[in-house]
Amino acid sequence: MLAFAAKRSALALLVAFAVSIIAFTLLRMSGDIAIAIAGEGARSEDIAMVREAYGLDRPLFVQYAEWLFKTLRGDLGQSIFFKTDVATLIMAKLPTTLMLGLFSIMFALALSIPLGVLAAVYAGSIIDRIALTVAVAGQALPNFFFALCLIIVFSIQLRWLPVSGSGTWKHFVMPTIALGYYVTPPIMRLVRAGMMEVLSSDYVRTARAKGLSPASVIFKHALRNALVPVVALTAVQLGFLLGGSIVIETIFALDGLGYLAYQSITHKDFPITQAVLLLLSATYVFLTLLSDLANAWLDPRIRMA
Amino acid sequence: MNFKTCSTALAVALLTATAMPAYAQKAQNTVRFAYDQVPENIDPFFNNVRIGVIIGQHVWDTLVFRDPATGEYKPNLATSWEWIDDRTLEMELREDVTFHNGDAFSADDVVFTLNYVANPDNRSVTQQNVNWIENVEKLGDYKVRITTTKTFPAAIEYLSGPVVIHPGKYYEEVGPQGMNTAAVGSGPFKVVSHDVGRQLVLERNEDYWNENKQVPNIERLIIRFIPDRQTQAAELMSDGLDFIMNVPVDQAEQMGMMPNINVKSGETMRIVFLQMNSLDNTPAEPLKNEKVRQAINHAIDRQTMVEQLVGEGARVIDVICFPAQFGCSDEEATKYEYDPEKARALLEEAGYGNGFSLDIYAYRERQQTEAMVNYLREVGIDANLRFMQYAAFRDANRAGEVAMSHQTWGSFSINDVSANTPVFYKFEADDVNRDEEVRDLLQTGDTSVAADERAEAYKKALGLISQRAYAVPMYSLTSYYATADGLEFQPYPDEIPRFWEMEWK
Repeated sequence: MLAFAAKRSALALLVAFAVSIIAFTLLRMSGDIAIAIAGEGARSEDIAMVREAYGLDRPLFVQYAEWLFKTLRGDLGQSIFFKTDVATLIMAKLPTTLMLGLFSIMFALALSIPLGVLAAVYAGSIIDRIALTVAVAGQALPNFFFALCLIIVFSIQLRWLPVSGSGTWKHFVMPTIALGYYVTPPIMRLVRAGMMEVLSSDYVRTARAKGLSPASVIFKHALRNALVPVVALTAVQLGFLLGGSIVIETIFALDGLGYLAYQSITHKDFPITQAVLLLLSATYVFLTLLSDLANAWLDPRIRMA
Repeated sequence: MNFKTCSTALAVALLTATAMPAYAQKAQNTVRFAYDQVPENIDPFFNNVRIGVIIGQHVWDTLVFRDPATGEYKPNLATSWEWIDDRTLEMELREDVTFHNGDAFSADDVVFTLNYVANPDNRSVTQQNVNWIENVEKLGDYKVRITTTKTFPAAIEYLSGPVVIHPGKYYEEVGPQGMNTAAVGSGPFKVVSHDVGRQLVLERNEDYWNENKQVPNIERLIIRFIPDRQTQAAELMSDGLDFIMNVPVDQAEQMGMMPNINVKSGETMRIVFLQMNSLDNTPAEPLKNEKVRQAINHAIDRQTMVEQLVGEGARVIDVICFPAQFGCSDEEATKYEYDPEKARALLEEAGYGNGFSLDIYAYRERQQTEAMVNYLREVGIDANLRFMQYAAFRDANRAGEVAMSHQTWGSFSINDVSANTPVFYKFEADDVNRDEEVRDLLQTGDTSVAADERAEAYKKALGLISQRAYAVPMYSLTSYYATADGLEFQPYPDEIPRFWEMEWK
């Protein structure tokens, strides 16, 4: 187990490292950053001044090496646009995104587990069809479109919820639904598949034969075992959520990490973009690693791979 | 049941159940305004976005006031001023002004503020607004002398627009960062709170001293930062906001049909023109021929484009500047009528009877570029549209790769030709014609201090540009504003909404 963990961890680190190099290179190649910083109407002297001030005239690997060493020491640099510490900015925006992420995954689980169970228990019936439609719709609908539909129905027509902002709990309802629904389908399908497999197994037949109530059979005996792979998948889906949060945060004017990433790309504020990319990819890699380890721990056959 | 009936029915139903936010806003005498871009710092010298200019005008004051109706410069924080010589400006200051924190306004504030922002070490991001200031010295408690780095007649214009005066003592203590979190100015609104990146709450300054602006009618102004235009529209439609600007044309038309929303369009200072590269190494050889360029001027029906595509309030222009800008005169310009026949004749004369093809670059208002492409095709010119981001286009243009482009220029809302025409005709990076005669005339306009001398030089320069058909001046652009029903408001071409004038009917 230890060897497996060590190998996987090393791989994870390599992935994070590779992502940072790719992000760094792509950012620099996307256009002359000095012009973007200097702004519209800047003269060539201004641009030259900017280029020198930010060290943009040095070779690419030198710039990357400097950024890497600073990051490893905890110095994420200064935002070009906001003129404050990148680390401070990120810490300020992180709570909103974390809250949104947490609520969304909880909503996704609250929706997908019952749906998956229902679909499995009544497999082949109309309930199963409905549950599967809900799942497919979630996968097909772009989440920004769904968000706008929610706004039209719940804010404009019904006036039940505020459109944007992050002041009260009401402000988080629609973003949670929009983002949570995005990751519901895969979880629901896995629950359904797992439940169907478990429900047809021997020990469940025994439990039924013993005369246990259907509720007890489903929840106490079957679901517990079916959920094992779901835990792993949820960890990965949480990673997807972080990506989807950029769009949702922009639409609902939630001042979180996703919106910060969007702003930094528009402003070519590369210290922030680099840092946020690093944070998001590290989180995603870490979650994937966790899910790998969880799976391996629960199912020893995976450790051999 | 269509959308309108449905929403009206529900609105009536909810009226009896819950308090309608719009009425609540009117009762609270508050206006809620949303903007998409976040200023990195609300200190006007440390941000480059329009909302920063707007906030600047509301929280702070300038030395000079420019009357939007007449264009004349009136005393504001400065009661009088005089050019002692080409580079020295002396100003007498007002004596009864107080900042929001109680500090009394005096020459020290002007001296500290201007010297601070003009100092390149302090890295003001609006360099163009301040780098003409060399030094400011105090001549008395209410008198200052400003020395400019070079002859700069537009100084008064800048001192009436983006250059505001901070309380010197406070600014020295807290600096730009402190000004961002707890702003203090002397303007018609005070800052109550600034939740950076989310919301700025302003309240009216009851002790506001100025008759040029006024003590605001509304008590509170809440500025929220909402990045998505659709969300802004949704908020306005659900009574979450009272005022939004830069509304896309199609959305504006739809919103105008809703009972609780008013839509107004206002002209802006942004002009549109077709720029043509006539240099020796131009990618399109035909453009070197004056007759060809004149033909292109005749080929486009600008009036129809204004009526059908641009919006109410836009107007056709005949010279490369905005009509209200000082020095913008079309008296010596050639007025090219829409005449495709004449265009074809001119092309024939120039030896391009069979037409030719070239690339046309654009970065905004694509449907307008496509209309231009169609007009060109009518006279035999095959223009291939290359649409891209502004930064990429500018790089290509400056590298001499662009033959023809759909250009726009807002002059940063500076009401002086020096902020407009010279950008494209004074041998700088964006000049793709390089006419020495035009350059010299513009130089005279930019560096004389006498107003009539400047006006004469600019008039001649604009005339030459037009006669030699270096570009096709098209029209001014409009911007759409959408407000909650009941909010009285008037748009201005500098795209700065004046919240101190607005009131709830």
